[in-house]
Amino acid sequence: MSLKLSNVTKRFGKNIAVNNLSLEIPENEMFGFLGGNGAGKTTTFRMILGLLGITSGEISWKGERIDYQKSSIIGYLPEERGLYPKLKVRDQIVYLARLRGMDKKDAVKELEMWLERFKVPEYMDKKVEELSKGNQQKIQFISAVLHQPELLILDEPFSGLDPINVEMLKEAVIDLKKQGTSIVFSSHRMDHVEELCEHLCILQKGNPVVHGSLREIKRSFGKKNLSIHADFDLTFLEKMNGVAKYKKTMNGCELQITDEHVSQEIFRELQDKGFIRKFELEEPSLNDIFIEKVGASFE
Amino acid sequence: MNKFWIITSHTYVTKLKSKAFYISTILILFFLMLMLNFDSIIESFVGDDEKKVAIIDESDILLEYITVQPNEEVNMEPFTESVEEAKSLVLEGDYDALLLLNLDSNGFPEATFFAENITDSSLQTTIQQQLQQAKVALTTSKLGVDQSEIANMFIPVEWTTVALDTNSKSQEELDQARGIVYLILLFLYVSVIMYGSIIATDVATEKSSRVMELLISSVSPIVHMFAKIIGIALVGLTQIALFILVSFIMLQVNKDRVGGILESFGLQDASISIILYGILFFLLGYFLYATLAAMLGSLVTRVEEANQIITPLIMLLALAFFLAIFGMNTPDSQLVTITSYIPFFSPMLMFIRVGLLDIAAWEVLLSVGVLLVTILLLAIIGAKVYKGGVLMYGKSNAFKDIKKALQLTKKE
Repeated sequence: MSLKLSNVTKRFGKNIAVNNLSLEIPENEMFGFLGGNGAGKTTTFRMILGLLGITSGEISWKGERIDYQKSSIIGYLPEERGLYPKLKVRDQIVYLARLRGMDKKDAVKELEMWLERFKVPEYMDKKVEELSKGNQQKIQFISAVLHQPELLILDEPFSGLDPINVEMLKEAVIDLKKQGTSIVFSSHRMDHVEELCEHLCILQKGNPVVHGSLREIKRSFGKKNLSIHADFDLTFLEKMNGVAKYKKTMNGCELQITDEHVSQEIFRELQDKGFIRKFELEEPSLNDIFIEKVGASFE
Repeated sequence: MNKFWIITSHTYVTKLKSKAFYISTILILFFLMLMLNFDSIIESFVGDDEKKVAIIDESDILLEYITVQPNEEVNMEPFTESVEEAKSLVLEGDYDALLLLNLDSNGFPEATFFAENITDSSLQTTIQQQLQQAKVALTTSKLGVDQSEIANMFIPVEWTTVALDTNSKSQEELDQARGIVYLILLFLYVSVIMYGSIIATDVATEKSSRVMELLISSVSPIVHMFAKIIGIALVGLTQIALFILVSFIMLQVNKDRVGGILESFGLQDASISIILYGILFFLLGYFLYATLAAMLGSLVTRVEEANQIITPLIMLLALAFFLAIFGMNTPDSQLVTITSYIPFFSPMLMFIRVGLLDIAAWEVLLSVGVLLVTILLLAIIGAKVYKGGVLMYGKSNAFKDIKKALQLTKKE
């Protein structure tokens, strides 16, 4: 366990931004932080980085407190993107890399490599303000990973990018993970988290509502999705025991069932009724879980 | 390399490459050249500026007294034609004025002055003075006084000033000191305003472009703030060095003329101690105001607000400057003495006291000590405000923001 948060609480006056958050984020893994707007994700990241003081609790990396001595092993992509608009990409990245303890020569070499990889080598001597927002984000991403950090914190890394660039960045993140970087990232996009993370945590108004490995979370969620296409009317399923949600579709219906055994009962019911084109039992999507967990506490 | 120096050198190099640096340096160099060559520039204008005055002397004796004393500014020409003729020549611009001389019933001179318009009072004053002297000369010669005695009479009175306290500065020293003290004061004022606002703008720029969050995740805000202040101080010192170099070169090229200007400001053999004090108080004043400027800059969200939020600072500085300028005439007044210990005024007011008076060492030390403590306190508070301030966005209200920023920094 490399990044450890124990009973971390952050108060701004009377407001509780993060409430008693305990997390263990394994080394060499990707950890997803989910949560609505204002759930406390950015505040948590800022506390991990030492930008904000902690009201109570402790945060440690490999058993040691994180301070400015450690800045060379940490990479950070802030949610609010920010670079010097008037500075050339080269000067800017080299400056930021040097502040992370990198050598000037290495920084330039790495930067060339990354620009090549993102297919924008011509940006080396361009001013940041001349680049499009998406391309600025690539530069921002490079500044977070250039010094090969052990711990990489990405706050909403994929927001505002077109699908091609999202893929490009995703691949880069996966490669970094393979090289041994521990990555913590936050997102509104459930599919990204589902695709990339082994472990995750859903924050709701500063409280961790779900926390654990993706597989565990899905399994313990219990409910499954059942998708049925059939030639006859399926509305009678809505009333059946164990069916939590019923949604009519073009060719049949989609159900949320409380237990996977319910699916077998449904299957038996349907057997003699007519022609069934599709009968599929699916894992719940993270989206379902998120809406259920976060939505529930809204009510 | 240490992070502090990375930031310092980055700030220094970026500022040195910036357009603003080039423009301000070239502008100031231009004014410096202008000032150092003031003599020749003035001279080239003055040549055409000689006034031509036609004189019609109806008494026949006054002309002699008037023209006997040569005058650089006014060229008096006896005019032999009629008064009407002279008037029309004045209107046509051949002459600047016409002076009609006569003797009154008591035998004293009287004059009438004709000019196209009578706005030029300095010409009138000059001629009046000459006429006054002519009157005295005429009267005394009537009494039978020798002409050479009269000439002696007009030589200005010999005037010497002696300070009885041997420690106090002689008049000559004081004049010299005034020149250099004035120059350094002016320089301190202008450069603190200039560099103070550069710092505030710079911090605000980093904050508004949101690069600040990245910076302070790599390096502590306190290190960042002071590295920035020092980086900009180095830019300032570079500019100063450039000015000194240019002045020095011009002095070598054009020794006589430029030397004269420098002498009139007391720069040629100004005492080393005044210059050293000047540098000391410049640095102290700079750090005092720069720390405040950085702190205030960290509170605003947009660059445009940076200049607005340091306005009170500049007003405080202006107040100190004007106090110092007035204080230069009476450096031993109570007001100057008291303000020379008050931190925001002391860099300027203690400097004029050191420069113009002979004060005890402990007084200087006390003032410097108070300044140092204030800078240290401001640095501690400033760094705290800075740390919270750089993460704060939204509408700014300086006092509330300082409180909020401090709360954000505090680890509850």
